[in-house]
Amino acid sequence: MWAPSSSVGVVGDDVLLRARGLTKTFGDFTAVDGIDVDVRRGEAFGFLGPNGAGKSSTMKMVGCVSPVTSGELRILGMDPDDDGPAIRARLGVCPQQDMLDEDLSVEENLWVYGRFFGLSRHEVRARADELLEFAQLTERRHDRVEPLSGGMKRRLTIARALINNPEVLLLDEPTTGLDPQARHVLWDRLYRLKRDGVTLIITTHYMDEAEQLCDRLVVMDRGRIAAEGSPRSLIDAYSTREVVELRFAVDEQDHHVDAVRSVGGRVEELPDRLLVYTDDGDSTLAAVHERGVKPHAALVRRSTLEDVFLHLTGRSLID
Amino acid sequence: MSALPATQPTTAHPAPSGRLAPGPRAPMRRGERIGGAMAHHLRVYRRTWRGSIISRFLSPLFFLAAMGLGLGSLVDSSAGGVGGQPYLQFVVPGIVAYQAALLGFGDATYPVLGYIKWNRMYSAALSTPLTVTDVLLGHLIVLGANLVVAVTVFIAIAALFGSFASWWVLLGIPVGLLTGLAFAVPTFAISATITTDNVFGILYRFVLTPVLLFSGTFFPLEQLPVVLRPIAWATPLWHGVELTRDAAYGRSPGAMGLVHAVVILAFVAVGWVLAHRAFTRRLTS
Repeated sequence: MWAPSSSVGVVGDDVLLRARGLTKTFGDFTAVDGIDVDVRRGEAFGFLGPNGAGKSSTMKMVGCVSPVTSGELRILGMDPDDDGPAIRARLGVCPQQDMLDEDLSVEENLWVYGRFFGLSRHEVRARADELLEFAQLTERRHDRVEPLSGGMKRRLTIARALINNPEVLLLDEPTTGLDPQARHVLWDRLYRLKRDGVTLIITTHYMDEAEQLCDRLVVMDRGRIAAEGSPRSLIDAYSTREVVELRFAVDEQDHHVDAVRSVGGRVEELPDRLLVYTDDGDSTLAAVHERGVKPHAALVRRSTLEDVFLHLTGRSLID
Repeated sequence: MSALPATQPTTAHPAPSGRLAPGPRAPMRRGERIGGAMAHHLRVYRRTWRGSIISRFLSPLFFLAAMGLGLGSLVDSSAGGVGGQPYLQFVVPGIVAYQAALLGFGDATYPVLGYIKWNRMYSAALSTPLTVTDVLLGHLIVLGANLVVAVTVFIAIAALFGSFASWWVLLGIPVGLLTGLAFAVPTFAISATITTDNVFGILYRFVLTPVLLFSGTFFPLEQLPVVLRPIAWATPLWHGVELTRDAAYGRSPGAMGLVHAVVILAFVAVGWVLAHRAFTRRLTS
């Protein structure tokens, strides 16, 4: 294996990604502001944050496409500055945009990509057959890519990213722009990869996606890491068990804020609703009613990562 | 549920290259990487060459018929040809170089911007072991091969009309390749710098068209006012036209031949440096 070449020290074999003070600037703008991350083999690790949080910039550095401005980054024990091609040979990258050659057929896109990794024609064709099956695209293999649905193109992009049998799959916003059904099909494929031991590194601004897919995640905001942990532990640490959502008729919300606050518990004001954080939603809702507050609609639900993000940053994930 | 193919190396066919096995992979040699990039462009040409027949093969033949045969009969009857040569034999070498320049420019505009901006295949390639140098060279080699085919086919057909005085015209093939690259490589740099394809229309109308018309292609440079001639000297096309014409006449270009070659190669070399820098900035920042 490779001798460690810097102060990062010996990188354990099971730590596939290790970042210390990782920073990326574009001119005066700091996209990634000194983050520390460890991703272990076999994990599904997420970067959760709104657009512009620095997730994609981080992914491009991890993908050894964009040079690190400062800080330490080791992927598979190697330094992207010195060993970019050797690292990329073992990564799969599913970028935010599909980046398919739409003039070529489905299977041609796989063949072309396999050749970029130096696979023989024979290896590429055998692998493409398996991946077409995996991506549920076998029937469309001879079709041009251009008319395929968004979900199919996404699955083809993921299949293509797997052509070199990568140890780590980087997924940048994998389901953005897909309809709910296509998202679930995609999640199912990603579960299978995870079950098979592929390390997944995912960025998303969908809290449900992060909860569904990630064993562990960091919440990113403005280039920094706001919190880290499993979805469950983050919710336990930064939110309450339940949340009461209160919706009011237009312009009435402001009149009720003080009455709702008097019930106790943390209250967040969103443009279209009030959120009351509590361990017992039903009794909190009853207390709200007792104070004569009549919301247009009320809902008791469990806390999600959206609530964690709101608590940490005071803002919503999706603006 | 069967085991997932995605994480299993192909079991039916053990991987001889070892590039599907976990752990460090056998590094790819430079040639393998460039070959990988070329394979993509060859596949694209395989899909699209039929649609490009008109611009690649028929368009220069239209010029040959209209200028060489049509206008040529008028020139020959009224002026006795150009410098004692039939106008057909004067103009066709110009058309050879003209065609190469136009193809080199065209293949480096929309296709390159497309791979950068629209389907982003260059970015996809740079997520693999391929480097900017590999991606650029892979594309340029296929583009160059395409130039060679187009120029060779045109020279062969033009020869049937008696357009050439000498077999030395075959040197027009490498000259055409280099002339085309002298336009293609710097245009790669432009395509990797701009954000909108409007620029191509402006370039074509205000830069390429005058260059194509006033580089000694259809009439000798001596017909131009003295002050305008240095402009032609600064374009790679004039040098390409001169070299091709010398070859087609079967005469030695002498020391000027070296000057012509140096200017053309300088455009390729400077274009390469600029294109490499523009690609690196645009695709790996």
